[in-house]
Amino acid sequence: MVETVIVPLIMIVTVLAAVLVTVMYIVLLERKVQAWVQVRLGPMRVGPHGILQPLADVLKLFIKEDITPVRADKWVFTVAPIIVLVPALIAFAVIPFASGLSLFGMNIPGRIADVNVGLLYIISVAGIGIYGIILGGWSSNSKYPLLASLRASAQLISYEIAVTMTLVTVIMLSGTLSMVGIVDAQLAKGWWFAFMQPVAFGIYFIGGLAETNRAPFDLPEAEQELVAGFHTEYSGMRFAFFFLAEYANMIVVSSVATTLFLGGWLAPFPNVPALSFLGLVPGWAWFMLKTFGFLYVFLWVRATLPRYRYDQLMRLGWKWLIPLAILNVVVTGLLKVLF
Amino acid sequence: MHTDTPLPMFDTDELVINMGPQHPSTHGVLRLVLKLDGERVIDCDPVIGYLHRGIEKLSENRDYTQIILLTDRMDYVAAATNNLGYVQTIEKLYSLEVPRRARYIRTVLSELQRVASHLLWLGTHAADLGALTVLLFGLRERELVLDLFEEYCGARLTYNTMRIGGQPVDVPPGWDKKVLAFCDVQESKLPEYEQLLTGNRIFMERTKDIGVITAADAIGVGLCGPPLRASGVYRDVRKDEPYAAYDEMEFDVPLGVRGDTYDRYLVRLEEFRQSLRIIRQAVQGIPEGPIMGKAPRLIKPPAGETYHAIEAPKGELGYFVVSDGKSVSPYRFRVRPPSLCNLQALPQLVRGHLVADVVALIGTIDIVLGEVDR
Repeated sequence: MVETVIVPLIMIVTVLAAVLVTVMYIVLLERKVQAWVQVRLGPMRVGPHGILQPLADVLKLFIKEDITPVRADKWVFTVAPIIVLVPALIAFAVIPFASGLSLFGMNIPGRIADVNVGLLYIISVAGIGIYGIILGGWSSNSKYPLLASLRASAQLISYEIAVTMTLVTVIMLSGTLSMVGIVDAQLAKGWWFAFMQPVAFGIYFIGGLAETNRAPFDLPEAEQELVAGFHTEYSGMRFAFFFLAEYANMIVVSSVATTLFLGGWLAPFPNVPALSFLGLVPGWAWFMLKTFGFLYVFLWVRATLPRYRYDQLMRLGWKWLIPLAILNVVVTGLLKVLF
Repeated sequence: MHTDTPLPMFDTDELVINMGPQHPSTHGVLRLVLKLDGERVIDCDPVIGYLHRGIEKLSENRDYTQIILLTDRMDYVAAATNNLGYVQTIEKLYSLEVPRRARYIRTVLSELQRVASHLLWLGTHAADLGALTVLLFGLRERELVLDLFEEYCGARLTYNTMRIGGQPVDVPPGWDKKVLAFCDVQESKLPEYEQLLTGNRIFMERTKDIGVITAADAIGVGLCGPPLRASGVYRDVRKDEPYAAYDEMEFDVPLGVRGDTYDRYLVRLEEFRQSLRIIRQAVQGIPEGPIMGKAPRLIKPPAGETYHAIEAPKGELGYFVVSDGKSVSPYRFRVRPPSLCNLQALPQLVRGHLVADVVALIGTIDIVLGEVDR
C-alpha cells in the first residue's frame, strides 16, 4: 500500500512542484542571462538581485483580468491552454531523475514510472501539445494568431519528424524504449550516446529549439512580426498556461536530452577508475547540472542569433535535418550489423 | 459541367491585415495595410499622418529663431542635422558668412549625430530580425554620443544647438579630447556588431536579395541617403554640394552593388567608419576665431525664396523657405524629409516578399515617423 500508492503520490507532488518552481526560476534565469549578455542588470527590484521576481510575476498574472474575445470560439479558446500545459507536465512521469535510493527501509525509485515504452510515451505526449497551439490561435478568431498558428502547425510537425528520427538511433544503440534502460545502456557501453551519436545529438538540439518555439525558431510568437503570436488574444492565467507550458517543454526537451545523450544521472565517464571520485556527487545533482547546462545553451542562443524566416525554417527542416537524420539511422544500422 | 470558380472548401481569399499603428516593429505610428496571400505580401499601402503636428504651418507663424526648436521635433533622433539644414537655409537666404570655427563645430556635431542615428537604426533593425542583443549594444554607444551633446549644449535629445549665423555656445574645454576618446571606443565596438551580424548565416539569409531595388528604380522612386547609395548611385550632398566644413574633410562615400537589405546594412556600417574619420579630422582641426557671424538681432531675410539640402543621417534633408522681406516669419516653409521619400519605396520593396521581410524592410529604409508626418 505504502510503496504502491503513497510513495508514487509523494513523488508526483514533488516532481510537479519542482517543475513549476524550476519553470518560474528559468524565466528569471533567462532574463538574467539575457541581461548579462546585453550589458544590463536584469530584474533587480523584487528581492535581492530580483530573486523574488517570479513570485511577483505569478501574482500579477493571477490578478489580471481574464478576457475572452467576443468573436472567439469560447469552448476551444478555454480548452486550448489546458491542452498545451497538461502534456508538458505529464511528460515528466517517465523521466528518470536519479538511480533510486533506499530511505527508511523503503526502496524509493528515482522516477515516477518506468514504463517500458517510455520514449514512445514522451514522443506521443509532446505531439499533443501542438494541438493546443493550433486551436488557441485558430479559436481566437483574429488575424495575427491565425497566421501564427499556421506557422506553428507546419513548423512543429516538420521538426517532430527530424527529432523522432534521432531518437530512433538511440533506440537502436540501447535496444530499449525504457528511459531507465537507455541510461543503463550508456553505463554498460561506457560512453554517453552524445559521443557515439554526435550527428543525432546535433539534430536533436536544433529540433528541440524548433519544437519548443525558441530562438532562432520562435516564429509562432515572433514579437516583431506577429505581435505576440498565437497567444495575442490571451490574458491572465490562460496566457500564463501557455507561458508555463513553453518553459516546461524546454525542461522536458533538456531532460530528455540529458537522459538520452548525456547519460542521465550518471557521472561523466563512470567506467574510468581515475574519475571515480565524481561518483560521490549524487545522481540527481548530475542530472540537474546537465539539464541546466542544456537549458543555458537555449538561453544563450536566444541572446545571440537573429530569427529564421518561415520558408527558410521549413527548408532547413525538410532539406537538411530530416534527410540527415534518416541517413544517420541508415549508417547506424549498417555499423551495427557490420561490427 | 466545367466551372472556373474554386470549390467552396478551398476558399482562397486575400487576407487584409493591419500592421500598425500599434505594432511592435513599425518604428512609431506607421500603419501598413498589407494584402496577404498566405504569408506572401501582394500589396502594401502605407498610411501616414498619425504623428502630424503641423510643423510647417506652425513655422509660418513663428519667427525665424523660434523655428529652430521646431525642427528638433521632426527627426527626433537626429535633431542636430535638422537644425543644421534649417539654419543654413536661412543663412543662404541672407547670404550670411559663417565663421570657420562655427562651421567646424557644426561638422563635428552633425557627424556625431549621424553615428547616433545609425546606432539606433542598427539596433532596431537587428532587433526586428530577432537579434535583440545588438539593440542594447547600439544603445550603449549611443548613450556616449548623447553625453557629448549634453556637455556641449545641455540637451540629450532635442538639442536646439545651432543659430542663424553661427553657434550659440563654444566647445567646452576638454570636449575635443572626449570626442576623440569616443571615436576610439566606437571604432573598437564596430567589430562587435559585425561579429554578431555581418557573417551570421541567419542574418545573411534574412537580408540578402531581400528588397532589391536597382539604381534606376531607386532614382525613379526618389530614394535618398544610404538606401540610394546601396543601390550603387553616387549621391552624397556632403560631396556634391559641400556645406559646413565638409569641403575641407577627407572621406569616402561607400556604395553598394546589389541594392538589397544586406548592402544597405554594409553601407551604413561603413558610414560609421567614415563618420568617425570626419569627426577626428574636424575636431582636431577646429580653428581659432569667433563662433558667431555678423547676424542681425532681428532675423528678417530679404524677399526671395531658397532651397537648401544637407545630407542628414537618413538621407537628403531639404528646406524650402519663402520670405516676403517684410515679416519676421517665413511666408512659406516646406521640408523635404528623407524618411517620407524613402517610405515611398516601401510598397515596391515589400511586394512579393513574406510578412517576416516586411519588418526587415521597414528597418532597412530607416524611417522616423516624426519626420514623415511633421
